[in-house]
Amino acid sequence: MKPLQSAIMTDNAIKGRWAHFGRQGLPVAVMLLAVLLAWYMGTVVLNAPGAIERVLPQDGSWRWQDLLAVTMEMQRPVLPAPHQVLLDFWSGMVDWPLDSPRNLLYHVAVTAESTLWGFVMGTVLGLFLSVCIVHSRTLDRALLPWIVASQSVPVLAIAPIVLVILGSLGFAGVAPKAVIAMYLCFFPVTVAMVQGLRSPQRIETEMLHTYAATRWQALWLLRLPAALPFLFPALRVGIAAGLVGAMVAELPTGAQAGLGARLLTGSYYGNTVQIWSALVMSALLGLALTTAVAGVERLVLRHRSQA
Amino acid sequence: MHALSDIDLDIREGEFVALIGPSGCGKTTLMRVIADLEKISAGNVLVNGVTPHEARLARAYGYVFQSPALFPWRTVLGNVTLPLQIQGYARLESKTIALDHLARVGLTGFESKYPWQLSGGMQQRVSIARALSFEPRILMMDEPFGALDEITRDRLNEQLQQLWQRERRTVVFVTHSIAEAVYLATRIVVMSPRPGRIIKVIESPLPDARHLGLRDTTVFIEVAHAVREALAVGHHD
Repeated sequence: MKPLQSAIMTDNAIKGRWAHFGRQGLPVAVMLLAVLLAWYMGTVVLNAPGAIERVLPQDGSWRWQDLLAVTMEMQRPVLPAPHQVLLDFWSGMVDWPLDSPRNLLYHVAVTAESTLWGFVMGTVLGLFLSVCIVHSRTLDRALLPWIVASQSVPVLAIAPIVLVILGSLGFAGVAPKAVIAMYLCFFPVTVAMVQGLRSPQRIETEMLHTYAATRWQALWLLRLPAALPFLFPALRVGIAAGLVGAMVAELPTGAQAGLGARLLTGSYYGNTVQIWSALVMSALLGLALTTAVAGVERLVLRHRSQA
Repeated sequence: MHALSDIDLDIREGEFVALIGPSGCGKTTLMRVIADLEKISAGNVLVNGVTPHEARLARAYGYVFQSPALFPWRTVLGNVTLPLQIQGYARLESKTIALDHLARVGLTGFESKYPWQLSGGMQQRVSIARALSFEPRILMMDEPFGALDEITRDRLNEQLQQLWQRERRTVVFVTHSIAEAVYLATRIVVMSPRPGRIIKVIESPLPDARHLGLRDTTVFIEVAHAVREALAVGHHD
């Protein structure tokens, strides 16, 4: 009885897994395949003129199969083929020691460090500003327009200024990059927290009033916990924006380290494959960072009802 | 236009007073004035011999709102300990007190549940335990069972009656249900709107110890009739 039952159960479990894959995995797989196919087609179309001009014999004695093969393996393709990117990506991680500037993971660590510092500083600044704004009508009117205006200045214009000023003050390395990441990070946190801290219902604030709770108690016991569901989506946006800020900050630093620097050297030397693998790596880093924040969110809000 | 006018009411210690009247008659406003949630333009209110503001700061009363207003991120126990935490009780002490109060409203065993896992009636019982956790001398209830179905409401009325029997705390209870007011209160204050004023104060002839069966007795029906008459008078004015 027992073995049979468990056999049926595993069978059902397998069926369930396939059904799950059919519902969730299949559309993703089909989409991925379509993207890859389009990419390969783009590789052929975009690289063909260069291949005909520079690689293939000038007398025209080549077949279309030769053209196809050449566009897949060009040294400096306009659009590298996916497998070229994948190979460079892989060798970028395993061919050199981790502390070598030729290793992609080294650049990931550099960018991640300034992103995380900027994220922490931006979150703290955002929390501080939102608490000030919620507790003082004057600060609400004085600060909010400036905070909104700050985001209409492009980060590309701000980054060099910050780098120059902080550099002249003796700050180099992580600090200026973290400041620029913070500049992009604090905004979503501030806006979401102002909304979140104001989200408690009147009845809830009146209840604390009847307990003669102080402002700080109301903030700590009611406003902050009530604002958490507003905070986490902002943190997910913020950490992704922080990554952009950190990479932008790496562009004008003389390009020493970081994914942004890697992108820049790639474009200096026309090494498109390197640009693409740095691009893929930054996308993965962004994904990893937002996933980590989402994980913390699930952990912290696990007891809240979905209803 | 004033929300309230010519209110002269003296609530004695240990009384169960029901404020009843149609919506807009200011019964909730009157209670909110007593609780220092609303300011008055003229007149004098004393709670335990001091102003409502001082009484609030001295934590003289527990207030039960129309909806339970439990914090969804706190467990049942965490919700009941909330006022104790605000008043600076030690963690262990407040836990012991809260468990005791949960037992008094019949919710032993639910302390680690979250509010959304409880029915509406149970949530309101948690909010009563929360209001009583710091042993205030006065309990104010603003249509606490208004949103519940009648069966749950009857049961909670019975439990509230027993609770009052045991502890004899002063209770001010706002309702628009005649049956509820007559069943619970030792004194029924009938109010009327535009402007909000007191029409009649009825001393209940019912015995202090009550059970739901009383509702079919002649005395009960007579009191209910008197309340209905008074409400009708206020309506025709």
